[in-house]
Amino acid sequence: MKKIKLFILAVIAPLSSTCAQQNTPPIEVPSEVNYTLETIVEGIDIPWGMAFLSSEEILVTEKYGVLYYVSEGSKKVVQGLPPIYFRGQGGLLDVAIDPEFSTNRRVFFTAGTNIEGDKGGNTALYSATFTKSLELKNVQLLYKAVPNTKTAQHWGSRVVFDQLGHVFFTIGDRGNRTVNPQDLSRDGGKVYRLNLDGSIPQDNPFVGQDNVKEAIYTYGHRNPQGMVVHPKTKAIWTHEHGPRGGDEINIIEASNNYGWPKITYGINYTGTPVTKETALPGMEQPFYYWVPSIAPSGMAFASAVYPNWEDNLFVGSLKYEYLERLVIKDNKVIKREKIADGIGRVRNVVTGTDGHLYLGVEGKGIIKLVPKS
Amino acid sequence: MKVIGLTSMALYISLIVGLYQQKPLDQSIEEGTLIYQDFCLQCHGSEGKGESGVFPPLAQSDYLMENITQSIQGIKYGMRGVMVVNGVVYEGMMAAQGLDDEEIADVMNYILNSWGNSTQEQITEEQVRSVGL
Repeated sequence: MKKIKLFILAVIAPLSSTCAQQNTPPIEVPSEVNYTLETIVEGIDIPWGMAFLSSEEILVTEKYGVLYYVSEGSKKVVQGLPPIYFRGQGGLLDVAIDPEFSTNRRVFFTAGTNIEGDKGGNTALYSATFTKSLELKNVQLLYKAVPNTKTAQHWGSRVVFDQLGHVFFTIGDRGNRTVNPQDLSRDGGKVYRLNLDGSIPQDNPFVGQDNVKEAIYTYGHRNPQGMVVHPKTKAIWTHEHGPRGGDEINIIEASNNYGWPKITYGINYTGTPVTKETALPGMEQPFYYWVPSIAPSGMAFASAVYPNWEDNLFVGSLKYEYLERLVIKDNKVIKREKIADGIGRVRNVVTGTDGHLYLGVEGKGIIKLVPKS
Repeated sequence: MKVIGLTSMALYISLIVGLYQQKPLDQSIEEGTLIYQDFCLQCHGSEGKGESGVFPPLAQSDYLMENITQSIQGIKYGMRGVMVVNGVVYEGMMAAQGLDDEEIADVMNYILNSWGNSTQEQITEEQVRSVGL
């Protein structure tokens, strides 16, 4: 089998190098393994989202439409979810807890939803109170993207908060790239910002303009499935699935246009071009782009629990089944490494309240990355 | 007379049942093409070749041709565990996609009649419905 792989590589490598060079820095395999992997909970097919209530308690979403409360290695089903529309890449997506959770017990989650009764679905943001008897109460729909569609593709979604009382969430282009991402009057291909009660912040960048979705914060995205607040700068970082060779990391700033599909470094998965442009005026360049695509999902910055990794960025790779470590210096990615190579499709990575990195791995469950002392 | 009446009635019923249960194969394949492009292509590729060791091929796949029911089951409920396809080992998981029975029949008909694959029998919605977990 290894021989077959090597043979195929030898044949393919010269071909593919003519269409797209691997972007630098090249991915490395660390010479020393300075961590161990500890299974926290098993038996979750697609552990999409994770929110730590304490160092020992986690809410975990399963994409098919189940919310779990995980504690001491076992999982209990949380009751009270609204109906989830599960199709293709959509379903129950991210979960996050209110910055004031200890006093208000409020949680936020995104999900594929159909409330209109027509065909298809689109991404929605909800809030709810998570009771001590493991139920969701006061479920409130804060945002619902329209229109519904039966397409499998590009629902996003991740949820984060800033320190100013805002919730940010992402929705992908819903497979309709020629229409959605560049049109501010339409949902899809956007990062959104709301107040925690679901109202529109009056200083959102497009408030007051005619015929716009005022919840939009940035646009020109394809399918962002990673979002995190930088622990030091507090900037919001996202990554998104691009076309082939066009996965991107972006730093989100109000009103920015990140260019999809007008500019991209990737090509269609069928091999045909998307556009010949990689840069245009008024459109942001990515902070980093992956060639080849790794299919990124989930992102987190490491804490000082990992002495040599502090503030390094960690990104799950669905495609290559590892956790990618990106070392950033002077606003550039200077080193990339494979961590936990072969672990499975890494759907999510978050930093727990204990500072450790926790991975959501498809077909497995939640796995903790423990540094070797 | 009686025999003729019964025969024609049986014919009539089977025609009606057939009309409701089964669309023509070429229509099923055509609709399955769209499902494939939306739900399957990203991993299995536009030519059904997959990616050796990561995503199993569907084009001229021994596993697929010898395990039609298990393949339907995999699309319907998801697939996990070790699988050997054309001599290569696959250990990944394929998630269920939320497709309905008709869509699964269509995409199976497309896959089973593309890239050098061919079958005698059409997969029907009824057949997909009967496949349990």
